[in-house]
Amino acid sequence: MQPPKPESRTHIQTKNLSVYYKNTLALNNISVEIPDRAITAIIGPSGCGKSTLLRSFNRMIDTFDETTVRGSVLVDGEDIFSSKVDVTRIRKKMGLLSQRPSPLPMSIFENVAYGPKIHGMRNRQQLEVLVQKNLQIAGLWDEVKDRLNESAASLSIGQQQRLCLARGLAVEPEIILADEPTSALDPISTRHIEGKLHELKDRYTIVIVTHLLRQARRLADYVVFMYLGELIECGPAAQVFEHPKEQRTQDHIKGVIS
Amino acid sequence: MKRFDLRNAEEFFFKSLMLTTTVLVACCALFIVGVITQKGLSSLSFEMLTQTPKGGFYLGKEGGILNAIVGSLLLAGGATAIALSISIPIAIYLNVYTKKNSWLAHLTRTSLDVMCGIPSIVYGAFGFTLMLTLGLRTSLLAGMITVACLILPILCRGIDESLRMTPKEMIHASYSLGATRSETALKVVLRQGFPGLLSAVLMAFGRGIGDSASVLFTAGFSDAVPTSLSQPVATLPLAIFFQLGTPFPEVRSRAYASAFVLTVMILFISLLARLLVRKLHRHVIK
Ligand SMILES: Nc1ncnc2c1ncn2[C@@H]1O[C@H](COP(=O)(O)OP(=O)(O)O)[C@@H](O)[C@H]1O
Ligand SMILES: [Mg+2]
Repeated sequence: MQPPKPESRTHIQTKNLSVYYKNTLALNNISVEIPDRAITAIIGPSGCGKSTLLRSFNRMIDTFDETTVRGSVLVDGEDIFSSKVDVTRIRKKMGLLSQRPSPLPMSIFENVAYGPKIHGMRNRQQLEVLVQKNLQIAGLWDEVKDRLNESAASLSIGQQQRLCLARGLAVEPEIILADEPTSALDPISTRHIEGKLHELKDRYTIVIVTHLLRQARRLADYVVFMYLGELIECGPAAQVFEHPKEQRTQDHIKGVIS
Repeated sequence: MKRFDLRNAEEFFFKSLMLTTTVLVACCALFIVGVITQKGLSSLSFEMLTQTPKGGFYLGKEGGILNAIVGSLLLAGGATAIALSISIPIAIYLNVYTKKNSWLAHLTRTSLDVMCGIPSIVYGAFGFTLMLTLGLRTSLLAGMITVACLILPILCRGIDESLRMTPKEMIHASYSLGATRSETALKVVLRQGFPGLLSAVLMAFGRGIGDSASVLFTAGFSDAVPTSLSQPVATLPLAIFFQLGTPFPEVRSRAYASAFVLTVMILFISLLARLLVRKLHRHVIK
């Protein structure tokens, strides 16, 4: 169905990235390249800095108190931590799915329309089209089309996570960042979200943080393995899972360390 | 077996203790309402609610307390509006713009807490000095400013607390969509905290409408409904005070009727607050 993929290009790149929370070193000298139009999974035991790496990609790290960032993150070749960069423009390029869905305190419709409205879309009809389109992409439209004005709080957790996906997609990003997006969900909702991410990878660069190896195996084209704030190994999923170069990667995959 | 009995006894003891105190509080409230109703209801009339005092009203002649009812509403309404317009920016600043352990936020919250505890007569004295400094006379405006000072800390801390409940993840979700801090504050944080904000407003209004010491020197008293901000204005607490101070039983009975009116107004406000909070809770994310 789909045309063959063009040669993958690097969408996000970090160069010697180190991040501190106050005095804690959370990321130590990470250099990694994230290819576009593929799913990259960041794996590793909890506390190894997966979320921190993801937060550096959209500069959400700025919103945490007393953090220090060294090195650089390039998105489409642009250093996003440079002082000239407008952070809202960077974040608009990326949709974020968090560990627990975080709907906004407004109706289902308003949740999806929130981003586009902020970025200047006023026309009601345009908004309606956009909301419907993105709810459809997120696979939620049929369930909510008759209750768009109800509060987002009335949805189940699984539905809320799909709403958050639709909301993120509505600002027309190029990248989807997902931080353990299924850890609060039941198996069926998990499958739903995973299915959506799989469908979306032809159009978006997707980075998913997961501590579930099975999930990484199911979804990932590329894998980044981290341990104690360091990048241990990265590469195509098949290679990392089947022929890991590093002992620690092997141990992690075999379940010796976790 | 013994241990089990002991635990049961303990459970029973604390249950009855709680029940007793609850009943005690409810009885106090009922008793107060009962007394003012019993003493005042006979003087309460349509005339009393719809007329201003005529000559000799405080000696037992014709008239009503419309001046005080309208005056209190105007005064408390204006004061709440002033306090609100200062409180919302402060609360937003404290919750969206400062860092977690900011000393400025800490200092602000501590000062507000201290201000909550200052007796209202002190605000009255402060308002009086302020009034003289600003070259005002006893007037609706001077009263509004003083009462605004009185309710500002309550209102500000109330709004602050309700905005503080906004989950961090929700704020982050807004940022991640490319929203700025001010957009996030106005469209997300205020919205999530709105029920709490509204109940803080109504509580502050209730406090403002019931206070007498702060308006004693600043709002003055007048038998007429004020037509401008620079005129003195009557308030219900002072109307009660003046009527209660007379030797005439029928005037004293009117004092209780006025107290009844004030109580009903405050009761109405708190019921309204509860109702609105419940209604507005619709979009709040728990
Ligand atoms: N807000 C924070 N303040 C201080 N330290 C933090 C904060 N968030 C994470 N850390 C620390 O940074 C390290 C990496 O955390 P994180 O990126 O959340 O790991 P992961 O997502 O892989 O579990 C951990 O040691 C953690 O304790
Ligand atoms: Mg994490």
